[in-house]
Amino acid sequence: MSGASVLFDAPGPRARLRNILLALATLAVFAVIFVWILCKFIAAGQFDWAKWKPFLTGNLWTTYVLPGVQGTLTAAAVSIVLALVLGCALGIGRLSPVPAVSWACAVFVEFFRAVPVLIMMLFSYALFAQYDVFPSQHLALAGVITGLTLYNSAVIAEIVRTGVHALPRGQAEAASALGLTWGQSMRSIQLPQAITSMLPVLVSQMVVVLKDTAIGYQITFVEMVRQGQSIGSAYGNYIPALIVIAALMIALNFTLSWIATRLEARLRRSKKGPAPLAARPVVQDGSAV
Amino acid sequence: MEIFSEYQDRIYAAFWITIELTVFAAIGALVLGTVLAAMRLSPVPVMRWLGTTYVNVVRNTPLTLILVFCSLGLANTLHITLTDPMSPTSIVDSNFRLATLGLAVYTAAFVCEAIRSGVNTVPIGQAEAARSLGLTFSQNLRIILLPQAFRAVIIPLGSVLIALTKNTTIASAIGVAEAALLMKEMVENTSALLLVGSIFAVGFVILTLPMGLFFGWLGKRLAVLR
Repeated sequence: MSGASVLFDAPGPRARLRNILLALATLAVFAVIFVWILCKFIAAGQFDWAKWKPFLTGNLWTTYVLPGVQGTLTAAAVSIVLALVLGCALGIGRLSPVPAVSWACAVFVEFFRAVPVLIMMLFSYALFAQYDVFPSQHLALAGVITGLTLYNSAVIAEIVRTGVHALPRGQAEAASALGLTWGQSMRSIQLPQAITSMLPVLVSQMVVVLKDTAIGYQITFVEMVRQGQSIGSAYGNYIPALIVIAALMIALNFTLSWIATRLEARLRRSKKGPAPLAARPVVQDGSAV
Repeated sequence: MEIFSEYQDRIYAAFWITIELTVFAAIGALVLGTVLAAMRLSPVPVMRWLGTTYVNVVRNTPLTLILVFCSLGLANTLHITLTDPMSPTSIVDSNFRLATLGLAVYTAAFVCEAIRSGVNTVPIGQAEAARSLGLTFSQNLRIILLPQAFRAVIIPLGSVLIALTKNTTIASAIGVAEAALLMKEMVENTSALLLVGSIFAVGFVILTLPMGLFFGWLGKRLAVLR
């Protein structure tokens, strides 16, 4: 509502009437589009019961959907943990008073933020295959995890840096006045406060990771979208299969985004510590922080 | 370096497709995103609700899924190909246009959010002062609100454009001959993995870094001091 109030006065009788007419017009336009899409689907036989019936059989779920969900969740969970570790190290490194360290971290972060995740996945997948680093059934998983970890650690490094910069200057000044070294002040004063305020942003970053596991589709990784496509080719029902997969994915991401918003609201209410950074609603992969 | 000279023309062609995809999808996303932002900012609850639903659904869906849906769902099942099926290049054209459509639909959600957050940075006092001076709604919008909102939107829109450039690689999932697809082929056919990887990584750094610097500079230069 905050946006609406900048732009508009409270509506009077004429504006209210106009708003109702506009609402009806919008509804009519969308109803037409919706019905048109439905007609297209029905004409192509995509709403025949036969196309949807397979979703009631346990076989479809155990053969296709559940392995896909498992692949997606495994890759996302491992990558987010690795990215957190690497990202924190890079973020702190970038704040380091030693120029060589902070420069090296800056170059790493900027490079991996600029390169598409898919390029990193293709590269690491081929690299692992060439040197036999992982057994062949785990190659795709390793490729996906490497790509996601490199990219998201760069993003998390930026989040850490923003979080530390957002602290009041007095915190670091007081620490150095007490005679704490840079490392001590970082470890016991700045990071603990920064990390609390970063939590909501980190949770929304998880949604990005979860969504980006789908890029593994292209290196034959068994994740939800690939499994949806397999269902489509096995049962001849691409549209229902992709709709079901999309619904599952959206539900999963919605839950995570909801947790992020709740966390932010909760941290904002508590009096302790600095105000949290706003939970970014799902950022497009690659957006600057 | 032999590999580079051997593939030189194709590398340029592939990156040219990447740029084309980016530009066309960006135009589509800007138009659709602006309409969505207008809906989300409008005083009509139904419009706000529809805009919000669109944004929430689309940005929680993986781009790969949207593009695969465009290819398998629209083209193969519903036979919506956006091309003349008789033309000799219809398959290539159809993949390119469907990828552009998918990228535009996906990016529009982010454009909408960038514009909306830009409008929300304008303090409410600005609009109130304008109204109390007797400016009409369109004057208010034209002279007071939009110029400020537009400047606040530059940096976020720049990040969306950069992300779009990187996201075009996902169009290789439906066989558009852009950079990532060529990279796949070169990884298979040559043995110089490190060189191939660096060529494409550097290519994207060259495309995106100047964009980031330019939008950052422009945004700072035009920023409204508060």
